[in-house]
Amino acid sequence: MYVAVKGGERAIDNAHAWLAEERRGDAAVDELTLDQIREQLALTVARVMAEGSLYDPDLAALAIKQARGDLIEAVFLVRAYRTTLPRFGASEPVDTGEMACDRRISATFKDAPGGQVLGPTFDYTHRLLDFKLAADGEAPATPQGEAGDATAPHITAFLGDEGLIQDEPESDATPPDLTREPMELPADRPLRLQALTRADEGFLLGLAYSTQRGYARNHAFVGELRIGAVVVEMEIPELGFAIELGEITLTECETVNQFTGSKTEPPQFTRGYGLVFGQTERKAISMALVDRALRWKELGEDDQGAPAQDEEFVLMHADNIQATGFLEHIKLPHYVDFQSELELVRKLRRAAQRDETPPEEAAE
Amino acid sequence: MTFEGENMSLQGRKHDAAYNFAYLDEQTKRMIRRAILKGLAIPGYQVPFASREMPMPYGWGTGGVQVSAATLTPDDTLKVIDQGADDTTNAVSIRKFFERTAGVATTEATDAATVIQTRHRIPEAPLTEDQVLVYQVPIPEPLRFLEPRETETRKMHSLGEYGLMHVKLYEDISRHGAIATSYAYPVKVEGGYVMDPSPIPKFDNPKLSDCPAIQLFGAGREQRIYALPPYTRVASLDFEDHPFEPSKADHPCDLCGSQGSYLDEVITDDRGGRIFVCSDTDYCRTRREAGHTGPQGAPDAEARS
Repeated sequence: MYVAVKGGERAIDNAHAWLAEERRGDAAVDELTLDQIREQLALTVARVMAEGSLYDPDLAALAIKQARGDLIEAVFLVRAYRTTLPRFGASEPVDTGEMACDRRISATFKDAPGGQVLGPTFDYTHRLLDFKLAADGEAPATPQGEAGDATAPHITAFLGDEGLIQDEPESDATPPDLTREPMELPADRPLRLQALTRADEGFLLGLAYSTQRGYARNHAFVGELRIGAVVVEMEIPELGFAIELGEITLTECETVNQFTGSKTEPPQFTRGYGLVFGQTERKAISMALVDRALRWKELGEDDQGAPAQDEEFVLMHADNIQATGFLEHIKLPHYVDFQSELELVRKLRRAAQRDETPPEEAAE
Repeated sequence: MTFEGENMSLQGRKHDAAYNFAYLDEQTKRMIRRAILKGLAIPGYQVPFASREMPMPYGWGTGGVQVSAATLTPDDTLKVIDQGADDTTNAVSIRKFFERTAGVATTEATDAATVIQTRHRIPEAPLTEDQVLVYQVPIPEPLRFLEPRETETRKMHSLGEYGLMHVKLYEDISRHGAIATSYAYPVKVEGGYVMDPSPIPKFDNPKLSDCPAIQLFGAGREQRIYALPPYTRVASLDFEDHPFEPSKADHPCDLCGSQGSYLDEVITDDRGGRIFVCSDTDYCRTRREAGHTGPQGAPDAEARS
């Protein structure tokens, strides 16, 4: 006699309990605190905030702890929480020209007003495992200097003054929000930029790299990369003026790309743009390259059939929460569908074995 | 099924007070209800909606969950099935989610439910005018695997340009002697839109048509809702000389002896032993409780366990 398998509910409860135990790991080892994650895994926190579309280092640290360090899972936790938050309104546009820069470099000019500021970068470290860190994580004394005026003008503005780079039309239009409206294609640039800034870093990196290797190459120079704090302000209707809500750290990348021109328009450089929460420069540079590749139509370029030029391909597959959900769902039960396939294949094989030509009854 | 006003959460049973009734806020539910109403007004048309991130992953039924959340009222009785069964892990998980966030009554009995959320099956027992069947849909676009671009497929639907689909079915016949689609078998709704019935086995397709219940389809990741109002005519695509044929394992249920229900194949040992049991667990139990028994079953065995 056969009795159907039961006990799904108990299995789930037990799996959750085991998961909680595994998350904690060896109880003899000190538990991670959120402060430790926020302060010492800051780049991880930045990535979770960027892809989670929510600027809150403490919540991101909590998500990372809860997700056992699985960053896509942490992003998912942040996103699921984010959707439950009420919306009070929209901030004023942030002014990255007023950014208090920790890092600001240009690859197009040797020097410029505001200077080249390396900031806390891995760029010129030798990637040698530092075994001292394993024993003692204390930082050596850092040289201190006088705080100067950390703000610096945008490099591309210098090119703009000469008319050497295409101008971006200003607009007061409310940008679309793909978290509130279903994504519609073709997408305008604000919608594309929103999708890119919350896109999976690895996916964007791969796409951006593909443009560098010739799949819609767009000859990008990093005109400027800056990382630092900007002020977020919001206009309160009752007050009639904007008040400061706080500061957030952003990474902004402006690329100067191959020029366009025609008989009527003299040659001009073009732009790609990346803006991402936190210190996330790999993502911001990738974003700028992919943004530029997606602009082929408005800039009168050819469709080379490259993945990075294909708006629908990029936007529909850039979100790692959508991607991981659909990918992983194939581990859910599919035995009803599989059974119907099994029946079909058996039937087709029977028909094939009986005769070269399938008999009427196999046809359906 | 009525859509009541803002204060319905106040009248309900106890639900987790940290969340609004049925988890989603009222504005979101209103947005989803608009999409549902539009879907009902244009049967088979895929209505875009601003799908929210839910606390379960995309692919786990977020579309169905959002449609159910927007459909449930505190007086409803909810049934959740996956693969026809109430006890599959994801069905359990979704049922618990609504028990917690909506505090609604739940049931495993098809005839006792007012809202049934399903993945991959239509219950065997006939549905009634008092019921809503909510399908979880992974890929709402029936033309997707013929044309990957959404911009193109929307155009094809608006022009009623379904030749590509017929060519695909024809190619199946010329290659295999039969249409090689056994689940998510495309249908035509009232002679208009071609629709994906979600990955139900084609055995279930006839139940889509002329159904007294409201049928709602939610695809969360793809941000689409579509619907079949009661008694809509739904035809499975076929050819005159190759008519549509629902199919199932040629076997009775080993537990309840049913000849006409869809069956799961269960491998019982490593020597090729297998039995066939109803995929619809409630249907099978009801039959056994009524005294029916199959070759391997004892009457009412599961009900007593």
